[in-house]
Amino acid sequence: MPSDPTPTGGMTAQGAAAKASIAGVESVPGVAKPDAILTVDNVVRRFGGMTAVDVGHLEVQRGIITALIGPNGAGKTTFFNLITGFDKPSSAAKLIGGPKADEAARSQFNGKSLSGVGAAQVAKRGMVRTFQLTKALSRMTVMENMRLGAKDQPGENLLVSVIKPLWIAREREITAQAEDLLARFKLLDKKDDMAGSLSGGQKKLLEMARALMSEPTMIMLDEPMAGVNPALTQSLLGHIQSLRDDGMTVLFVEHDMHMVRHISDWVVVMAEGKVVAEGPPTTVMEDQAVIDAYLGAHHNTDLGDDALLSDEVAEELAKEVEEEDKRTEGDA
Amino acid sequence: MNELLTTLNAILASIISPGTAALAIAAIGLNIHFGYTGLLNMGQAGFMLIGAYGFVISITAGLPLIVAVIIALIAATLFALILGIPTLKLRGDYLAIVTISAAEILRMIGRSSLLTSVTGGSNGLTGQSYRGPFTDLSFLGDGQSTLGPFTYDNTGSNGWWVRLVAWSLVAIISLFVFLIMRSPWGRVLRGIREDEDAVRSLGKNVYFYKMQALILGGVLGAVGGIMFVLPASLQADSMGRAMTFFIWTALLLGGAATIFGPILGSIIFFALRLLVQGLAGQFVPTSIMNSQQTEQFSWIMIGIVLMLLVIFRPQGILGDKKELSFNAK
Repeated sequence: MPSDPTPTGGMTAQGAAAKASIAGVESVPGVAKPDAILTVDNVVRRFGGMTAVDVGHLEVQRGIITALIGPNGAGKTTFFNLITGFDKPSSAAKLIGGPKADEAARSQFNGKSLSGVGAAQVAKRGMVRTFQLTKALSRMTVMENMRLGAKDQPGENLLVSVIKPLWIAREREITAQAEDLLARFKLLDKKDDMAGSLSGGQKKLLEMARALMSEPTMIMLDEPMAGVNPALTQSLLGHIQSLRDDGMTVLFVEHDMHMVRHISDWVVVMAEGKVVAEGPPTTVMEDQAVIDAYLGAHHNTDLGDDALLSDEVAEELAKEVEEEDKRTEGDA
Repeated sequence: MNELLTTLNAILASIISPGTAALAIAAIGLNIHFGYTGLLNMGQAGFMLIGAYGFVISITAGLPLIVAVIIALIAATLFALILGIPTLKLRGDYLAIVTISAAEILRMIGRSSLLTSVTGGSNGLTGQSYRGPFTDLSFLGDGQSTLGPFTYDNTGSNGWWVRLVAWSLVAIISLFVFLIMRSPWGRVLRGIREDEDAVRSLGKNVYFYKMQALILGGVLGAVGGIMFVLPASLQADSMGRAMTFFIWTALLLGGAATIFGPILGSIIFFALRLLVQGLAGQFVPTSIMNSQQTEQFSWIMIGIVLMLLVIFRPQGILGDKKELSFNAK
């Protein structure tokens, strides 16, 4: 069983090497990475007259944690759907008509083209995703949920399924693997409960654990922290970091900037469907365009955390509020 | 008192009748569709019809019994493919629309006067014209046997032989369904019932699994159709929309997503109707309700029972409430 990961520090050599691999890459939207696992070109998705996603070129570096941030409606989830085969780009090559060959949508994962590949096949190739609105299979037990995630199960063939001895060995393997993962995600004592009876946060954990059952090379997490309590968030962060340390590539969508800064090695910022900035978290968060579009002037202050709120900051904010009040009074 | 005994006898007879077994087999097929995979098949009677016609027409054409059965099953498979290819990628409702219409189309073709020479048109075909090869297989010999309160021909048109075969089939099919549903294959189906996209995101080809389930359930429907016409006659209207809803009622009564639910449901469906009919016939004077009306009254009671079931025990008699109640999300 893998050791329980500590939330901060304790990075393995592999993790450190992955982190280092991205150093020195320019912070320009669409920049080429030294070892890209995922390359996306000309991905456009229109809903009627609205262009939800229009990404010219984007590369995701292998083995690191990349965060995808952006305001609501920036097209992050749609972009996820397009990459993972749950949606088709409007710019996809068509048999008749459609865009010119060099303008058509292209995406490449692990050296293989993903154009026109269905969602199930994308997952089989090792790119597994989770959903923003969790999709726990409610009327199945937690353990059944986990087992469903494993790949290469002979018993999933109808003809083999009739004869138990043909699939029971693999079943034992994946059950052990599932118990392992459930223990890591602190769900082991829930394994015989219906997934529908779990809390929202636990469902998030279950979904992530289930995705890991297939031992993916790249995992895509759509808002993994939404609705998860702070203590659980801490351990989730640890899990995500340990995934990287195990050599997995992580791409995740998140709104909590502290979290993004804390664990991501690279940040991609989307706004109105386009990639407007990318770079290491510190660089990106100083980018004026990103601050204006998304972060806001006080993104560095955790307004909800009293411990972090020093007297000076409090005074500064109070002053600002006063000024603001005066201004509005003046207007009135 | 005598009449009560007659009613009781009729109920017991209906429990072991081959018609009940045929309905149970079709309901087990529908259970694979709806109970385990979440497919809304509203045309299970269509699968029965295609099985029955495939079998009977092959027999009357002079083919051996086993070939006729294989042809019937292949026909049901093709029927499932034709229905499934365009609809299984769409939302569930579309399959419901397409199956109910396809079943009606089949029934219309079956009773069409243009095909009288093949299907017998709206009069259908009598049992004698195709039963021969089946009764020839019987090892029970001639004569009659009595078992408890029942006396039937050993081999005749509606005797012990067809009962033995029909209920053996129910047992074999139930065992088969039990085996496949406890396996990882059954797990994928249940996953699809819960959330297709989640299963897709785990790398399973959802379309392929739904197609397998549709074919398997449809083939069982065809077997049910064959068993339904063997002791009786083949008449298209006997497997119309009403039959589809009987199968649904039986499945929901017994409990979807259970192994014995469809069987128990089929038995109760017939027994309850006969009980209501018998009691009403005995205790309600004919001036209030004549025998034709008691039959209709029994159908009304079935409808009320189904409604009460949906409201108070949505998982059916045997169902696990946690696993499957009517999907009211």
